[in-house]
Amino acid sequence: MSFEVMMRQLSGGMFTTIQIFVLTLLFSLPLGLLIAFGRMSKHAMLRGAAKIYISIMRGTPLMLQLLVVYFGPYYIFGIGITSSYRAYAVIIAFAVNYAAYFAEIYRGGIESMPAGQYEAAKVLGYTKVQTFFRIIFPQVIKRILPSVTNEVITLVKDTSLAFSIAYVEMFTTAKAIAASQKSMVPLMAAGIFYYVFNFVVAALMEVWEKKLSYYR
Amino acid sequence: MKLLEMHHVKKSFDGNAVLKQISLSVEEGEVVSIIGPSGSGKSTLLRCATLLETMDDGDLYYLGEAAAKSEAGRAVYAPSESIKKIERQFGLVFQNFNLFPHYSVLKNIMDAPLHVQKRDKAEVKEEAMRLLHKMGLSDRANAYPCQLSGGQQQRVSIARALAMKPKILFFDEPTSALDPELTGEILKVITDLAKENMTMVIVTHEMYFAKDVSDRMIFMDQGVIVEETTPDALFASENERTRAFLGKYHLGGD
Repeated sequence: MSFEVMMRQLSGGMFTTIQIFVLTLLFSLPLGLLIAFGRMSKHAMLRGAAKIYISIMRGTPLMLQLLVVYFGPYYIFGIGITSSYRAYAVIIAFAVNYAAYFAEIYRGGIESMPAGQYEAAKVLGYTKVQTFFRIIFPQVIKRILPSVTNEVITLVKDTSLAFSIAYVEMFTTAKAIAASQKSMVPLMAAGIFYYVFNFVVAALMEVWEKKLSYYR
Repeated sequence: MKLLEMHHVKKSFDGNAVLKQISLSVEEGEVVSIIGPSGSGKSTLLRCATLLETMDDGDLYYLGEAAAKSEAGRAVYAPSESIKKIERQFGLVFQNFNLFPHYSVLKNIMDAPLHVQKRDKAEVKEEAMRLLHKMGLSDRANAYPCQLSGGQQQRVSIARALAMKPKILFFDEPTSALDPELTGEILKVITDLAKENMTMVIVTHEMYFAKDVSDRMIFMDQGVIVEETTPDALFASENERTRAFLGKYHLGGD
């Protein structure tokens, strides 16, 4: 197999990896905020449910969660698994897993906000929703950005776990080519790809952090 | 006309009585200062008046409209629509400013009039610039709070409160977080507001200032009002607790 063909096959995997990455963030970031609200809720039931959810998601391997989401419908309910479900299973598993981590990051950020900000907003007549989205959340974003960057970088690498349910992304492709060609090159190429991807992610997050450094 | 009326306010934290049957009323155009040692309950009284704290018992009226009424030994608060209306009557200036750090000075002042009161943008901007001019901060409209001195931040927070056009303005130790040399600029702003007949209730440790600016002074200690009278009468008081407290500030020369 020529280098060119190898790279063409790998680039298909790259696209899938980026797709998993983007879709996971798209769903897990808002979902995480909802779970954080549950975790900080006045209602003990909701709080307890969110706590258990986070505990399970963080306490079990992501690879296991992937298998459960993918095979669960068949093993538990006897529903036949279609091949198109594989892509959904990957996104569902990643999104619900990462939402748990993001929920705790949001919670840390929200709870670190000084009470004075809420009080100033209340006295000025802001509603609770306005207070959160106009006053609190923009400041929370600034505070949590470094932790979010950490998670996002981990996510880039975690996308490779999709290979456990034979979902063909970058890593699965590289492994397959390496095995058939008895060559290290595809694995090296995959490594470089992940590194460059993360380099770009980290750089973008740094730009964002700098943009928010206009205030303290 | 009575702008604010509080009757028999009781408040305790974990069984610790902080306010014991406090009554306070403020007439339109009046400047009332509340002094007293820390822990005397004066800040808690202000927080009850501004609805940041709920009273255990007592009445709270703004312009004759009840925010809370005492019923069977506990304060029952009005429904949230009435509370929303009442909240528009007053403003509060905090000890540590509580400006919104992510907003520019101008946006700090304009945001609530625009998004809470839904006022016209051009009108609000004009008002904000007028207030900034009054505070001597016209050139800092686009600065962020972190770029300002404490005194400037406090002047912005006063402008922010005034932009809502409150009928009564509360100050919770407005100079306590400031260096002595920055204190003067805030006291001057408050004195100017008093000259314009702004109704104000000021919790402060600045005795000379309170004496100069107030129509009436209240000395609080251990959750009760010890004395409530004119500044001159308070400083000439025969009351032992009042004298002991004022004596710490070496008033009237030593």
